Amino acid sequence: MERVKKINMYLYTRYERFWHWLQMLLIVLLLVTGLEVHGSFMLLGFERAVEIHNFAGITWLIAFSFFIFWIFTTGEWRQYIPTTRKMFQVIRYYSYGIFRGESHPVPKRKEAKHNPLQRLVYLSLAAFLLPVQMVSGLLYWLYNDWQAWGLTGLSLNPVVLIHTAGAFAIFSFIIVHVYMTTTGHTVSAHVRAMITGWEEVEEGEVQEWEKSVRRTPAPR
Amino acid sequence: MKPSLRSLAVVPATLLLFMIIVLCLPPAYAATEPAQDQAPGRTMAQQATKEKNLWITVDHSRIEALQKDFRSGLEVTQACLSCHTEAADQIHKTIHWTWQAYQTEDGSVHGKGGDSINNFCISANKMQDKGCLSCHPGWGNETKTINCLNCHSNKTMNWVEAFEDLSAFADSDDPGEKEIADELRTNLLASVQAVVRPQRQNCGECHFKGGGGDGVKHGDLDTSLTNPNKALDVHMAVEGRNFECTRCHTTILHNIAGRVYTKPAATDRKSLIDDDLAPKITCESCHTSKPHAADSKANDHTDKVACQSCHIPKFARVNPTKMSWDWSQAGKTKDGKPYKTQDEFGKDSYLSIKGQMRWDKNVQPEYFWYNGSISSVTVKDKIDPGTVVQVSHPVGSRDDANARIFPFKVHEGRQPYDKVHKTLLGPMLSGPDGYWKTLDWQHAISKGQEALQVPYSGEFDFVDTTYVFPITHMVAPKGQAVSCEECHVRTDGRLAKLTGFYMPGRDRFSPLDAMGWIVVLGSLVGVCLHGLTRMFTGGRKEDK
Repeated sequence: MERVKKINMYLYTRYERFWHWLQMLLIVLLLVTGLEVHGSFMLLGFERAVEIHNFAGITWLIAFSFFIFWIFTTGEWRQYIPTTRKMFQVIRYYSYGIFRGESHPVPKRKEAKHNPLQRLVYLSLAAFLLPVQMVSGLLYWLYNDWQAWGLTGLSLNPVVLIHTAGAFAIFSFIIVHVYMTTTGHTVSAHVRAMITGWEEVEEGEVQEWEKSVRRTPAPR
Repeated sequence: MKPSLRSLAVVPATLLLFMIIVLCLPPAYAATEPAQDQAPGRTMAQQATKEKNLWITVDHSRIEALQKDFRSGLEVTQACLSCHTEAADQIHKTIHWTWQAYQTEDGSVHGKGGDSINNFCISANKMQDKGCLSCHPGWGNETKTINCLNCHSNKTMNWVEAFEDLSAFADSDDPGEKEIADELRTNLLASVQAVVRPQRQNCGECHFKGGGGDGVKHGDLDTSLTNPNKALDVHMAVEGRNFECTRCHTTILHNIAGRVYTKPAATDRKSLIDDDLAPKITCESCHTSKPHAADSKANDHTDKVACQSCHIPKFARVNPTKMSWDWSQAGKTKDGKPYKTQDEFGKDSYLSIKGQMRWDKNVQPEYFWYNGSISSVTVKDKIDPGTVVQVSHPVGSRDDANARIFPFKVHEGRQPYDKVHKTLLGPMLSGPDGYWKTLDWQHAISKGQEALQVPYSGEFDFVDTTYVFPITHMVAPKGQAVSCEECHVRTDGRLAKLTGFYMPGRDRFSPLDAMGWIVVLGSLVGVCLHGLTRMFTGGRKEDK
């Protein structure tokens, strides 16, 4: 097979990287303290776990609103537009091609940082799972105000059920996500990129499937 | 720019942004800062109970009406009433005199002077069981004339004996007997003139010794509260606030606030500070419904959990209290004579006249939903002998806006019931016909039911019962309050028996948890397999 030339590309801006690692910190905190509040284990003590969980949750809400602001002011929301083009190739790659040493069918580009599978997963995460977690968490936190809001018909049970289910889904995502960082051209390539912003990617043209999605050039 | 330089610039920028966000967020940690002022509820309580310099304008030892040579209780009372002209009328209308709370539609009168039953000495037999009358605020065993000094003298006295001796020796010419009579007169006069607002030992004489002995009944009221330290009761502590009972149990026309059962002390949970309603008596009266530091999670609990539930972790912390009483064991004799045994606390664990009893110390309360009322069984109510009969039980449920999770002492009993009429029975205990004299249930029950004017079929057996006491005294210092984990724990928590609502840390939906962990572990196994396969198939051939 022909050796593909690699070039260094600045993929992730400072804010993106900051947001990613802050997110990681908060999610780990929330997951650990959340599971303790849930009664899965004893680590910090119930009271402290609740305090940290609430603090991290509110911090998360504010940080997430910064992210929303950023994603729309920079136009980066386009990175999350779902597409089915090349989706099959990506799935085929991860379930078969990767074992044969094939190249990734969708190399990263500044204008398309995420492959179709990533787009789908991250969009579901940012637009569905995380908001569900935020709304259910906020409701849970403000349980004592329900009556004042007229939320008399609601019981804590479904809110807890949804929040717990969401937590398990996020837990599962983290496991797969962390593993996927090792699937770059070297085991640490993706992690390095998320720290420095620079990633080694295969040289080449912007591909057809990217062009059709991107009607306007990204503002620079 | 080179990647290394860019990455260097990232560090301070990241730190700065993180600091800005953290600084914008004071919520959870601000609340736990000890440097902040104390919790508002504490400040409010101190404000509400600020030392009132109650002035006294009467020295009763100088009142002319009290300088008499008193020969009977009646004369003392008449002397009191010569100034306090309305006092007798007032007392006669209160439950302290009548021992009757109210009448229900079916005609049964609640209250120990009426048809009510408990699982201690069971019934006062409409005040005909004279053993119960030692606590009635009359003179000796009679219920005709009020003894004002029961509650208003700071000297305790056996009035019956004193007056009997006085009348025996008063007119004697014997110098020795004359001397005794003079000493009696001096003591009597001192007690009559030592008039005070009721003090802890006045109230305690009956309420600490309810059921016939120290700590028998309540568990949160015993003689240890006569001079409690701070660890036992933060409000009554002698070295602290030093509250008398009357500090909270306020009075209007001799009606004393604080009665529970069907007429709770306060139905709405309003702060005393709101409109200075003196007769209300709840913790919130002084501490408000948000007694902890601002933003403290504990403040969110006050809508469903009573203050007592966390702040009285255990009752009977100094003296033991009776936890169960099995009347069915009574009547055994040794060598034809009644006998008794004592337990580790030196308390009677068996008495032939009373049966088997269990005492305990440092008892963890049981918790129930409670709206301030307690339902109780009277001698006329039908029971189900197949179950444990709840002679008294707290009223309330989670859906009741006025109900809170509240701590209780539950006293277990085994007591006689009518096998035909399916009612609890009120045997006569004291007196010549009483069980304590005869050890004859049949006779004692017949006499007791006769006094109660309730029919008895002649066939009795014993049934298991429970009786509850709300735990509201012996408030521990805040450092000893119940911790979160004692309730918010998967198994064996204090609230393990209170179900029907979701409590974090205790409850879960097991199928969801199982599914969640399957998904999480499945992911883990999946990525491990994927990674291993990559290792063994070589991967990345073009990089080699």
